[in-house]
This record gives sequence, C-alpha cells and structure tokens, in this order.
Amino acid sequence: MTKELIEATINGEPVEFLCEPRQSLLEVLRDVLNLTGTKEGCLTGDCGACSVILDGRVVCSCLVLGVEVAGGAIETVEGLAEGTHLTELQQTFLEDAALQCGICTPGFLIAAKALLDSNPDPSETEVRYALAGNLCRCTGYDKIVRAVMDAAALMRQRQSSSSSAKQGREA
Amino acid sequence: MHEFSYYAPRSLSEAIGLLATHGAKARPLCGGTDLIIQMRAGALRPTSIIDVKQIRELRRISFDGTTGLYLGAAVPCVEVYENAAVLGRYPGLADAARLIGSVQIRHRASLGGNLVNGSPAADSVPALIALGATALVAGPEDERTVPVEGFVVAPGRTVLRSGELLVGLQVPPPPPAKSSSAYLRFTPRNEMDIAVVGVGVALVMDGERCLKAQIALGAVGPTQIIAQEAAAYLTGRRLDQAALDHAGWLASRAATPIDDARGTAEFRRHIVSVLTRRALLAAADRARVN
Amino acid sequence: MATNTIDSSSGYRVIGTRPIRPDGVDKVTGRAKYGADYALPGMLHGKVLRSPHAHARIKAIRFERALKLPGVKAVVTGKDLPEGENKSVPLGEMSVNPRYLGHNILARDKALYQGHAVAAVAAVGLHIAEQALELIEIEYELLPPVMTVDEAMANSAPILDPELRNEEQGDEPTNIAKHTQLKRGETEAGFKSAQTVVEREFRTAMVHQGYIEPHNALATYGSDGRATIYCSTQGPFEVRGMSAAVLGVPVGSIKVVPAEIGGGFGGKTTVYLEPLALLLAMKTGRPVKMVMTRAEVLRASGPTSGSHIKVKMGCARDGKITAACVWLAYEAGAFPGSPVAAAAMTVLAPYAIPNVLIDAYDVVVNRPKTAAYRAPGATNAAFAAETVIDELAERCGIDPLEMRILNGAREGTPHPAGPPYRRIGFIETCEAIKNSPHYRSELNGANRGRGVASGFWFNAGMQSAAMVNIHADGTASVVTGSPDIGGSRASCAMIAAEVLGLEAEEVRPVVTDTDAIGHTDVTGGSRVTFATGMAVFQAAEDAMRQLKERAAKLWECKPEEVEFRAGKFFAKGNPDAPITIKELAKRLPRTGGPVSGRATVNARGVGPAFATTCIDVEVDLDTGKVEILRCTVAQDAGRAIHPAYVEGQMQGGTAQGIGWALNEEYVYDAQGRMLNAGLLDYRMPTCPDLPMIETIIVEVPNPGHPLGVRGVGEVSIVPPPAAVANAIYRAVGVRLTELPMSPPRVLKAILTHSGQPSATAWS
Repeated sequence: MTKELIEATINGEPVEFLCEPRQSLLEVLRDVLNLTGTKEGCLTGDCGACSVILDGRVVCSCLVLGVEVAGGAIETVEGLAEGTHLTELQQTFLEDAALQCGICTPGFLIAAKALLDSNPDPSETEVRYALAGNLCRCTGYDKIVRAVMDAAALMRQRQSSSSSAKQGREA
Repeated sequence: MHEFSYYAPRSLSEAIGLLATHGAKARPLCGGTDLIIQMRAGALRPTSIIDVKQIRELRRISFDGTTGLYLGAAVPCVEVYENAAVLGRYPGLADAARLIGSVQIRHRASLGGNLVNGSPAADSVPALIALGATALVAGPEDERTVPVEGFVVAPGRTVLRSGELLVGLQVPPPPPAKSSSAYLRFTPRNEMDIAVVGVGVALVMDGERCLKAQIALGAVGPTQIIAQEAAAYLTGRRLDQAALDHAGWLASRAATPIDDARGTAEFRRHIVSVLTRRALLAAADRARVN
Repeated sequence: MATNTIDSSSGYRVIGTRPIRPDGVDKVTGRAKYGADYALPGMLHGKVLRSPHAHARIKAIRFERALKLPGVKAVVTGKDLPEGENKSVPLGEMSVNPRYLGHNILARDKALYQGHAVAAVAAVGLHIAEQALELIEIEYELLPPVMTVDEAMANSAPILDPELRNEEQGDEPTNIAKHTQLKRGETEAGFKSAQTVVEREFRTAMVHQGYIEPHNALATYGSDGRATIYCSTQGPFEVRGMSAAVLGVPVGSIKVVPAEIGGGFGGKTTVYLEPLALLLAMKTGRPVKMVMTRAEVLRASGPTSGSHIKVKMGCARDGKITAACVWLAYEAGAFPGSPVAAAAMTVLAPYAIPNVLIDAYDVVVNRPKTAAYRAPGATNAAFAAETVIDELAERCGIDPLEMRILNGAREGTPHPAGPPYRRIGFIETCEAIKNSPHYRSELNGANRGRGVASGFWFNAGMQSAAMVNIHADGTASVVTGSPDIGGSRASCAMIAAEVLGLEAEEVRPVVTDTDAIGHTDVTGGSRVTFATGMAVFQAAEDAMRQLKERAAKLWECKPEEVEFRAGKFFAKGNPDAPITIKELAKRLPRTGGPVSGRATVNARGVGPAFATTCIDVEVDLDTGKVEILRCTVAQDAGRAIHPAYVEGQMQGGTAQGIGWALNEEYVYDAQGRMLNAGLLDYRMPTCPDLPMIETIIVEVPNPGHPLGVRGVGEVSIVPPPAAVANAIYRAVGVRLTELPMSPPRVLKAILTHSGQPSATAWS
C-alpha cells in the first residue's frame, strides 16, 4: 500500500494528508481528516449525502479519489459557518424545520450553497432540479425547498442593503 | 476496493506512454462517475489509473465554422451545456449533457467517459450520433478517427485497442440556416435516472419540409441504433402529424430492446415511437427559429 | 400552505409553538455524531460475505486463505453463534424467535436470500476486509428459489424451512407460517343485502424504507466481559436484548449507546451488524466497526412485504357498506413475521362495517426478512380497500369523501378486531379535506384527475422512562432512552418546558444509553411523543412536586399551599414575594439537594391515528408517466406539540407513500437475484418528482393522554397509493390494481382500455 502525500485546501485552510490511491475523497475527509460532517449514503453518487464543493463545483466526494484533489480547494459543511455565526442557509434550515434525521442535511446545504452562489434568485423548479442529486427520505422536500428559497431571499436582502449602504457612503 | 497505482500525466504523449506500458491493466480516468463505481463493485479491476484531466487536448472545447465543434474527451458535462457554441448550434448535445445524472455528476462526468463506458443507455451517445460526430483516438503508433456510431461494439466494449486513448470528439458544423437537433429520453423519475429510451435527432429543414434527418436510439439495443428507415422516410417530407407518426413507427421497428429491470421490451418499443415524434417536433421547432 | 386547526383555547404556552429543534445546530454544522462517525483507537473494520444465491444449501466454508491475508484478524461463520431456541420470546414491544434471528445474522446450513450473511471478517482496514471476503470459498448446492407468495403457497412449492409448521396443516411442511382470521357478523347475509358489490384483486411489490444512512455498528469487548455497542438504531434496548440473545451472553453485560440516527422508518428496530461486530470484537479483543454498503442495505436489511390481496365489498343503495371480505397474503421474507396481522386489523379500521371476514397469511419466501416500515402492513391493504371503496362510491354516485363520512368510524364504533373506539378523529380528517382549498378548487386540463383515500394506524404505547433534572440556574435537562428519528427531542423538551414554566430553549433533551435510563421500548409505533412524552410529562410533574416542597421549606408552609402560576411559585398568605424557578434553583442545595424528577410508564390510553389524503395527478397518455400535481394531507394528531415536526411527519410519510405508489419496487430475476440494489434503480422520489405537500393538522385530543397526544409518525404513508390510483382513474379511466403504478404498467392499462391490447400490436 503506497500512500501519497497530497496537499489541498479544505475550508480555507491548507491541509496535507497521506492517502492510498483507492481511497475516495469521502474516505479521506471522514477517516483520515476526521471531518465526519460529510456523510456516506450510497457510494454510487446517487444520494448526494457526500456532496462537497471542489474548486467551486458541487461534486459527490464518494466519486472523487483523494489523490485527484492535489492542489484543489474543498468546501465541506464544517466550513459553512464562520465561527458560531451560521449562514443564512443554515439558519433557514433551522427556522423552516427543513431537517429531521439530518443525515442528508450537510449534502443539501452544500448543494444549495452551490446553487445560490451561481443563481441568487432561483424559481421553485430551479431549486428542485438543483437538488435532484440529493435524496431526503424524511421531509418530502417541502420544507427544504422553502428553506433554500427563504435563504436566497435573505441573501439578496443582505446584498442589496450592503450595496445600498455602499452607494450611500459613495454618495 | 482493490489496489491500484495512480498517474496524472500532463501531456498526451506521457499519457499514451503510460497506457502503452501498462497495457490492458490500465484505465484512463476522467470524471470517474462510472469508473469508480465499477471498480468499487469489483466489475473492473485496473491496476493503473491514468487520470487524463490535466491534459490540455482532453480539456479543450472549441468551435470553428469549418471544422465544427471540438470537445475534449474529459470536458465535464457542465462545460458542454454552458458553452455558447453548443447551446446555439448543437442544442441536442446540450440536451443530453444536461440530462446526465445530477448537478454533482455533471460537474465531473465527461462525454468522453460516457462514450468509453460503452453503456447502451448513455445519454450523450445518441445525440452525438445524430450530429454525425467522430471520435479522435490516439495510440502508441498512430492516431485515428472513428465515427461515434461505430465506437461502441457491445455493452461495455468499444473499438479502443489496448494502449489507445479517446482524445476528443469532433462534431461537424451544422448546415447553414434551418437546422437543429434535440435529444429526449424517457425516465420514470424526472431527474437522476437512467434512460429507459433515449432518442437523438438532427434535422435540416427547408420551411416545413425536411431536407435531411438523422435519428439515433439509445437503450433499445446492445449498442446505440441508427433509425435509418425513419430518417430516410422523412427526407423531403413535411413534418405533419402523419409523417411524425410514421417515422415514430419506423424508428420503433428499428429498436431491438430487451426486458430488464429498467423496463420491458414492449414498453421500450412503444416509447421509441413516442420520443421519436416528440424529438422531431422539438428539433423542428428549434430549426424554425434558427 | 400549512394550516393548523388547533383549538386556540388550549392555553398552552410552549406546546403548539415552533421553536428551533435542540439538535438542529449540530445537524447543520456537521457536528452531529451518527453511528458511522464513531472511531476508536485500535479499531478494526468488519465486512460481511453474503450469499449470491437466493436459496442454497451451504455445503462447506473454507476461510483459511482469508485468515492468512496480512491484516486479517478474525473470520466468523454461523458455527460461531449458539443455536437459539425456536420459540417466540418477549422482548420489549415485540417478540423475537432467537433461532430465526440468529439464522438471519449468520446463515447456518442454508442461505435463504441473496445477500444472506454467511461469514464475516475483521481486519485492520476496510479495504483489507473487503479483499479478505474474496478469499473465502463457499460451496453451495443450489435450490429452486421461491419468490412470491403465490409460488410459496402452491402445493408443490419448494420448502424454505423443513421444520416450519402451522396450526392448520398439522405436521405437513409448509411455507405458510401463520393464518389469522378476523370475523364479525355474517358476510354472506351482508352481501345479500348489498345493492352494489365490487370484487377486485391486487398485488403490491416489496419496498424499502430507504433511510439515507446505512446500518452501522461499532462494538467493544473487555476482558471483564463487558461490551459496548455504538450504533444508529431506533431501539437501543432491543439491540441489547437481541444481541444478547443471538450471542448467548447476559443482557446486562451489554451497553448500547444510541448514536444520532439517519432515518429508520421501522427498518432500524432490529439487528444485523450489531451482534456481528460484537462477535468479532469478542474474538479479537479490539473494537470492530461495521457499516453496510447501499447494496447490502437493500439486499439484506428488512424491507416491507410485497403482497397479494383480494377485496370484496358491498354497499346498499344509500352507500352504506353492508359487508366486506378481505384476503391478504404477505411476504415475510426468509423467516416468519410479516406485518400481515396488522394489515388485517387496519384494512377496514376506518369504517363501521357490520359484516366482516378477513383472512391473513404470513408466507416465507426467498427474500430478505421483512422489518417494520411506517404503519407496517397498512399501506398495502389500504391500497386495495380504499380503491374498492372509491369504486363503490362511484357506482353509487356518491362523492368519495361523503362515502367515507357516511361509513366512517366514530366514537363507539367497534374496531374490527377490538373494542369500540374512544374519541377519534377520522371523520374530522375527511371534513378537513372536504373543506380544504385543494378539494374545493377546480382541476382543469386534459388527463388530470383527483383522488382521495384514508388510512388508519393503531399507534403504540409501551414502556418508557424519563428523568427531568433541574439545573443550578433553573434550566433543566430531560433524559430519555428514545432515539429521535423525527423531532421527538423537541417535543419532549417542550412538554417539560410547559410543565416547568420554562422556555423550550431552556430545556436540554438528552437521549442516553441503556445503562443510564430505565428500559425504554423502541422508537416506533408513533409512540415517542405519546408514551415517552407521557413519561416526560410525569417526570416534569414529579420535579415540580419536589420544587413545591422546596418552596414550602423556604416559606415554612405546607407543600400543598404552594402554587405555581405564570412561571412563579406562590404561597397563600405568604408575605414574601413569589419566586421564579430560577430563584428557587439557587436555593436547592440548602433545602435538600438537587431536584430530579423521574417517571416510568407502560403507557395505556393509546389514541389511534387517521389520515385522509387528496392527490391531483396528470397522466402522460403516451408514456404512462404519472406526475403528482398537488397533494394535501389531513391527519389527526390529537395534539400537535411541535406543529412544524408534525407537518414534517405528514409530509415525509406522504412522500414515501407516493414513492411506493409510483416507482419503488424490488426487481428480481428468475434466480432470485435483486436487479436494482442501488439508489439509481431503486427509484425513490427526488426533489423534482414531488410538489409541495400541503398539511392540515386536525386536533381531536386523545382522551388517554394528559396532553391529548396521539402520535403522528406513521399514518400519513397509508393513503397515498390508493389516492394516486383513484386519481389516475379519474384522469384516464383505468383502475390500477398493482403497485408500483410505474409507467409501463399505467401505459399498458391505458392501451388495453382504449382497445389497443399492446403497444406492439400496431408495429
């Protein structure tokens, strides 16, 4: 078993780890780096519980080899909040009761973040299709979709108030 | 999973060299969304994995009016369906790339991988065949081109010889003016599913009359099937309801489906005619506004 | 949008509000620890070798080569387990047959389904354990697989267990483990007085709970003979009892620590990996962790039964149902124990029918042993009965909701298998749908239809224990042994907060291990908010009684003179100012020490649950694909402690019911091999497959519970398959009698109905 030394950035921090080529990024995160917030649900890319953002794109970490991420930047659920300050998405998931057992929640938060990063004002249909790779068996998706749309609204509000504040300063 | 070595060559020649050295025990890795699953299941046991995502030729996507679209084999689906040239000139290819897997899968999976995987249900293959795409293959000795319709020879088997690598796909430029393409598939779920039937069509129109049609079927035979008779029938015809129905019927006759966990042969044959009709209509609508 | 018909005069302060769930922050930050997230120093990884055959005799197992692989520490087979008694022994809620349970954990002489565990390995790494499995050689003698109840019940059927007998067939070997019959009145006479009789036959496919978290277990074993199992389970006490039974060790030697659980829906009420991990830990002296793959979950955990059902029902001219006969045969899987008896008791439970005859058969087949799945048994049966009622209503020209209201069970109606109902809310759920914006709206458009159906579930009581500890600052913790699969921690905290005059956020709920709390039965049967909630209520009242005693000490008065109102303790005629619980908490050390309320219950007074669901569909005539356009569910919660999580249960159950209706099924080949053991081909609904699910919480308080709670976890899964079938009928005029109503099946029905016998007839 030859292990390779891989350098990458995880949640903004430079990280080095040793891994065998056959270890997936998911395995590296959970078993090597002890970042167990990213979940294993199927190992075939069908449930989305292991979703992470790799170089700006949401992917299933079960279908990425650890050795493939050399030099890459990875964002996981552990990196969403700044200290104890939750993001709008995390907050609306709590307020809208968008989680029950919670095993799919990290994947949904990551997939939803990826969506809102590129589309700040998605329609319900857009939200549903963007989350199609994430299975939830507890909620029937209703409250999840509402939470994502509510978070989007909050984020737009924050952006417009910060840009109008900026404009105010400039004026 | 079994043990293997991992290589990430930066040039085509390096990759070809590695493939030549490791022979049949080597396997190129693009998005990994099929390969890693198959390795985990023990269905494939390559001892060398050659990650080809860092090779420029395999990551390039470009269009020019004379040669058409060049699509590196490792370009992920998202870069295909977000590409302006693809959206504008090859909408059928964008349809297919947008339907594969989920957002997560489309950020990794490539059309090259979709082709090399050799699945009869691969979404992008009927779309590529309908558009007349060819595969560019590089080997230790030489390079060659293979029409996409001849690339897959049996489920999971392709024309690639040991040591050869699929470098890219070349799609000819669409005929000027009134032409278009579409790909439709049938799945029980709305997303995250495998095609029970897939139909790719490309049309050249003159007003309401069809000058030329190409129709390729997926998931209804051991490999993708060209519905030759249906396409020939449409040539020179107005695409009215009767013509569409008859083309659908001819296409369903070309299908050689089987019963499996994803659908019965009888059902698939019926769906071929339905989707052929619908895909022709979609392509014709697009051609009208082109 | 969700509506809530709560009785606003209830006067509760916390109950009925929507605080943020106490486990929420951990779950949105990735900190929540599920079973697979545990790791211990020196831990080994275990994997299971499973039979590739559905029915085979195991002639020999050779594992020497596996043991020689560097890093492999142990291999175990069925020979390493003691033979359990072949009789039913009580274990909390359920009874367990130790022989069957043990044989399911590791096969002995026969493999009875594809995926049946045959051997297990522990090694220093996961990938090494996987490699070791490939080095184990097993010699099988193939036997013909028996895959359906029809095959299994046939006279010449191959026999799965040569020792299996049932009471009716004497000493004849059989695959029918049990026949149950329920009878009331005279059905023949009842049918004679009917004006309209409908008789239909149904089949439903085996389906899986589909929890996203695979089964997991981490076991340790010490030289003192003490074991600890960390796992994601609905029933830590059941894991303890079953593991002890399978391994032949004392119950008290095992401690089970329930981890956070990633969905269960009934499927995590039994054991698979837990005894194996412990067996391997006992062999190696090291911690052993095991996690199933998704294919293992589908092939070798406990889905729910496929079934064959016949229903005959008749009604008078006015729509009154005069008689009903139901015949039910359910797949038990490889060992006896399908939920068919529950099916028999639920199938007609929403209705007052004078003449009833129900026959129920529990049948073994070469499929995984079934486990509980949300209202076990009820959904299959309701699919049959509720479509027949729809057809009767149509023939009589009665609105399908009016038909249900006309025949619906009320207070005093005898349950088909038991005493008369106390106050129930079935009619109210029908009325709620009838008055809903959804049902009152017009449904326009081609090939669209609206269907309704109702469902019943018993709900359960059983044993629970709770402690309520008052902290030094006047906040509290509530400790229970009920793993939280749907929000029960929130409801327990809210119940305690209500009693103690605290905010929900001031009560921290804890789910503890089997050594730290009294025996608590499984999280199942929609029982936690009802029964554990009852224990929490009583424990909080116990704490309150103690607090009053302390206040009485301070004020030198009698405890019964102390009152607690609006968050403050008063005493009549006491000149001192009233004090809050926070002030009192500071004085506990000087008035006798800590206050800890306790209660244990074997809860009685269970209140049944009813739901009525309305679904609009659009059918693609060319493909048979069914789109769910709109969906509303009304359910009697008794009392909604946390309405958002009541809605969550209603929405989740409805979504599972829709998946069961449309596309979920176990597909097997002729050799009994499952062809769709993955989440791509086992098609559970994805986000774009569902609309918003509108909810109407009906609150008809359960007279048997101090807060009126009934339990809300299960019944919403029951109506959707029938509601979808009834909607399809109204959309395109065909009655579907098989689940799932997948596109090929719907298309075939449409083509047959329209006179095109098959899709290929014209090709």
